[in-house]
Amino acid sequence: MAVSTNTILICAGGACISAGEKSVKQVLEEKLREYALDGVVRVVETGCMGACDLGPIVAVFPEGVYYQKVNAENVKKIVEEHILKGRVVEEMLFEGPQGKITEEVHEEHPFFKKQVKIATRNLGIIDPMNIDEYIARDGYFALIKTLTQMSPEEVIETVKKSGLRGRGGAGFPTGLKWELTRKSPADKKFVVCNADEGDPGAFMDRSILEGDPHTVLEAMTIAGYAIGGQKGYVYVRAEYPLAIERLRNAIKQAREYGFLGENILGTDFSFDIEIRIGAGAFVCGEETALMNSIEGKRGQPNVKPPYPAQKGLWGYPTLINNVETFANIPPIIIKGADWFASIGTETSKGTKVFALAGKVKNTGIVEVPMGITLRELIYDIGGGVPNGKKLKAIQTGGPSGGCIPAEYLDTPVDYESLKKLGAIMGSGGMIVMDEDTCMVDVAKFFLQFTVDESCGKCVPCREGTKRMLEILEKITSGEGEEEDIEKLEELGQTIIDSSLCGLGQTAPNPVLSTLKYFKDEYEAHVKEKICPAKVCKSLIRYVIDPDKCVGCTACARVCPVNAISGEVRKIHNIDPEICTRCGSCIEVCRFGAISKVSP
Amino acid sequence: MSKVKSLEDLMKIKEQALKELQMRDSKKKGKIVVAMGTCGIAAGAKDTLRAIVEALDKNHIVDVAVVQSGCMGLCEVEPTVEVRMEGQDPIIYGHVTPEQAERIVKQHVIEGKVVSDLVVRKGEV
Amino acid sequence: MVKVDLDKVKEIVEKVKQETLEEGDILINTLHAIQDYYNNFVPPEAAEEVAKLLNIPVSRVYEVLSFYSMFSIKPRGKYVIRVCKSLPCHVTGGREVMEALKNKLGIEIGETTADGMFTLETTSCLGLCGVAPVIMINDQSFGNLTPEKIDEIIERFRGDENA
Repeated sequence: MAVSTNTILICAGGACISAGEKSVKQVLEEKLREYALDGVVRVVETGCMGACDLGPIVAVFPEGVYYQKVNAENVKKIVEEHILKGRVVEEMLFEGPQGKITEEVHEEHPFFKKQVKIATRNLGIIDPMNIDEYIARDGYFALIKTLTQMSPEEVIETVKKSGLRGRGGAGFPTGLKWELTRKSPADKKFVVCNADEGDPGAFMDRSILEGDPHTVLEAMTIAGYAIGGQKGYVYVRAEYPLAIERLRNAIKQAREYGFLGENILGTDFSFDIEIRIGAGAFVCGEETALMNSIEGKRGQPNVKPPYPAQKGLWGYPTLINNVETFANIPPIIIKGADWFASIGTETSKGTKVFALAGKVKNTGIVEVPMGITLRELIYDIGGGVPNGKKLKAIQTGGPSGGCIPAEYLDTPVDYESLKKLGAIMGSGGMIVMDEDTCMVDVAKFFLQFTVDESCGKCVPCREGTKRMLEILEKITSGEGEEEDIEKLEELGQTIIDSSLCGLGQTAPNPVLSTLKYFKDEYEAHVKEKICPAKVCKSLIRYVIDPDKCVGCTACARVCPVNAISGEVRKIHNIDPEICTRCGSCIEVCRFGAISKVSP
Repeated sequence: MSKVKSLEDLMKIKEQALKELQMRDSKKKGKIVVAMGTCGIAAGAKDTLRAIVEALDKNHIVDVAVVQSGCMGLCEVEPTVEVRMEGQDPIIYGHVTPEQAERIVKQHVIEGKVVSDLVVRKGEV
Repeated sequence: MVKVDLDKVKEIVEKVKQETLEEGDILINTLHAIQDYYNNFVPPEAAEEVAKLLNIPVSRVYEVLSFYSMFSIKPRGKYVIRVCKSLPCHVTGGREVMEALKNKLGIEIGETTADGMFTLETTSCLGLCGVAPVIMINDQSFGNLTPEKIDEIIERFRGDENA
């Protein structure tokens, strides 16, 4: 194999590709072949180099010279001058004659700014398969502290004082839940970790289980001590096989070290944990349904009260918290309630982990102090909306949550503020939507989810959500009538009031919140039969601009249903009767001649 | 492994593990951490890991440990790889394909030069 | 028809029983283990044996098998491909990935290829939204998918099978 003397990097970030990187790469490779350099110079595509307005960017290594605004024409110069003759092409240099992007440009990805890591403190830092690394980061010190220096009441008092609230959705005060479970008289009590993370777009619990499984085990054991429990279950969804594997390994190690089992740390406290695996039922995230599933039954919810704290697994008092809630416990025990309570807002203490997804530049898991604004979250950390599009709305809380329109970007993120806007904190999924999103379509999408996942036990949820979905389908297919909007509102409220569990009680939220903020969009669908975002297939047409069409036939060739007619070098035409709105033609047209219109 | 019975036992494990985590006293002069959450694996982290091990092998580097970790949160740039060389700030690289992994081993581990175009983060977390 | 080896079922149940904390807490874990062993489905005879060994009515086992979407009492392909149909995947090209899979395999959702290799199903969020769109093939996840990558992945599975 020939030794590469040079490596040429081409930025293949989204922005550079849209600025023409592909053809630059082609020309570059052709040129290299022409000079028989293709064996010695390697062309490598990289991720975004972060200077998108000057793209496409090409860098030549080992010299580390960066060129900007490279196109199919001037890339030849890089080969002929720089590679062949070793002369830097001065006029194309990136940012001044030094031509080097300083390391500072990349030093700190803005993604990491403003984050405060408590629940995710160990993610990506420790080896999750190695208990020693967890211990190196103060793991199991909180357990030692509780077992040797604190009474169960003191532990509960600390959690209460910290102000920690449930991170799974509803935001119930964690300490109070612990206290209620402790005070329920019984000779047997359980601790359950709800790791049945099912909200579309939320994946912090998976990340914690995969990256730091011991923190959950430690916290559950502390909780067991506090409530007077003996056994614990982690209920993980079957869709997370890696999390299950790491957790299994962690349980084994914790038993070997004596953090689980009989007489933990030589005290008379004994506690053990096992994993229970779900089987693809979203409703099992609801606590009573989850407990039925552990008991080996259908995962259907029960009427509350009695609450799990009174009568849970097999009728015994049971404490259920979710993964992220538990992950906050060890730091609270070690650093104290006051430290935790000093972070966040008046009523929402500490941090919240969000999963950023959708039309946002940096997708992933972020942990921020409560009270940070949506703007900071989406723009400063998330990097904003890509491709120069405008932000339209933010969906929080998954199928139980709502859409927050762009004008509320300065709302602080806490339980109460989000609720006021008709959304919820939920488990922390945050889906960013840009101007190309149709809000009726989004509402339909979430409702479809609920219809699929409704367990069928109670009528309002089973039948009501289905009827709502039918109305939405009617609206998006252009058959909507004016009273449909009213019907949606009424039906939604009825489902909220009369459903058995949290799934049904929150299912109408995506519809009601989009109705609240984007009613005009619904009305456009119903009255004018227009989809303003040009998404709903029945309400849009594809048209060819006669001024731009050159008659290249590319669109006609790609059309799967032969809806496009026209001769070579003559203007083409799309027959709306045949067209299936698949969009293939738009993608192949190099002249931007095809567009969507509504109606 | 004997069971942990006291704070002293735990402190001992911590001190030993901390050394390993920071690599002091260990025989290795560097450590490469590959984020192996499901997101990383789904984005190709296993191939990246293999490429790193092969590149180290090929260049006869034995004093750099390769270990795995969880997802550090920035799934957008998966696969991610952290390089910790003795006496230097740790560097996190993003979008590390097997080709890039080879470059990182060559340029950063062998030549000691940071591969600046791939850097996502520099410094201790 | 798959022949069910009752001794094997017993062995699986005994093994899962080691994870028991409380009586009656291992039915679902057991069914997962049985399903893994029989290539993605639970044969009715095996389900009956599980009921006997766990001392519960067969109806209890059946109600669980029919409730959870991941269980099947009909044979499925050796590889179950689960396509995420949640919003983050949907907006990043999930539809195209789904179409590519259908075309490549020549089957619709819920169907199994004639050679018994692949079953196509949908799933709710797999929690890998950062690398959307994603699919899962048995226990393995694949992210940042495009129709081209689908082609590659399916070919690789077929190749491994023939190798």
